[in-house]
Amino acid sequence: MRSSRYFGTDGVTCDEVADALPGIVDGDDVADLDVQRHVAACLRCQAELVQYRRLLRTLHQLRTEVLEPAPGLVPEVLAAIEAAGERRAMHHLLSGRRVAYVSGIAAATAAGAAGAILASRARHRRVRLAS
Amino acid sequence: MAAAKAGDSDAFAELVRATEADIYTLAYRLTGNAEDARDVAQEAYLRAFRSLKKFRGDARFSTWMYRITANCASTQLTRRSKGRHEELSDDDTIVDERPESDPETMAEAGAMRDRVTEALGDLPPILRAVVVLRDVYDLPHEAIASELGISESAAKVRLHRARRKLRERLFPTGEEKARAV
Repeated sequence: MRSSRYFGTDGVTCDEVADALPGIVDGDDVADLDVQRHVAACLRCQAELVQYRRLLRTLHQLRTEVLEPAPGLVPEVLAAIEAAGERRAMHHLLSGRRVAYVSGIAAATAAGAAGAILASRARHRRVRLAS
Repeated sequence: MAAAKAGDSDAFAELVRATEADIYTLAYRLTGNAEDARDVAQEAYLRAFRSLKKFRGDARFSTWMYRITANCASTQLTRRSKGRHEELSDDDTIVDERPESDPETMAEAGAMRDRVTEALGDLPPILRAVVVLRDVYDLPHEAIASELGISESAAKVRLHRARRKLRERLFPTGEEKARAV
């Protein structure tokens, strides 16, 4: 059992060192001088540090272990991409149609207005010629 | 890569083939089961395909995929944990139920890897994610924090807690052994 009362010459307890070890084992955190002195003098904390190093070494080794997925992952991925692509194309198409529909209405309205203006001008011209 | 970025789905399929086992393995390590791992891998590739043009090539494709996979797994686990409150807790005690808990009996590296893999699987998902991404896949804290949607300091705190739990599980002291009985 870890003694929380153990003070080295540094005044740091094993419990305080235990809190610091997971961070300093790979240099993530910097151990302050008191912690360094404690670990240098405390076999229990040294042993714990060795355990952390072994743990990290083993975790790193897991990187080389690869699990093979059940067959079919690649086709599934490609099918999902294709389906998503089709959905997107459909969306573009629909939004394109909406744009075309609105543009058509706008063009028809503009043409109607232009026609009305031209007809009105022609009427004016005929009235002027007649008079 | 250039062809895939230009939208060539055959070229992208090649990238998927070259990396699928690696990505599936990461997804499995993060989610802890084959079904979720498959879903996460699929979603990760889909997101990658959609944002392939944003991939600048300053990191390796696999590293970029790790980040996307981590993000997808995080989303998946959050979705799954809704309604399963206990999964969000990172204070659960990991109890080793195997009889051979004595460190001396697991001297062989292969046995140690098996024990670590098992202990990883028993970690709460939020702790497992950081330790897998940092200590197995070497992602920087900044990337881990970003993909998991947490602060960098929170990522570090979780990492240290995860390492501590794993060490206690793998190298139990007399007190920890007694607690596990």
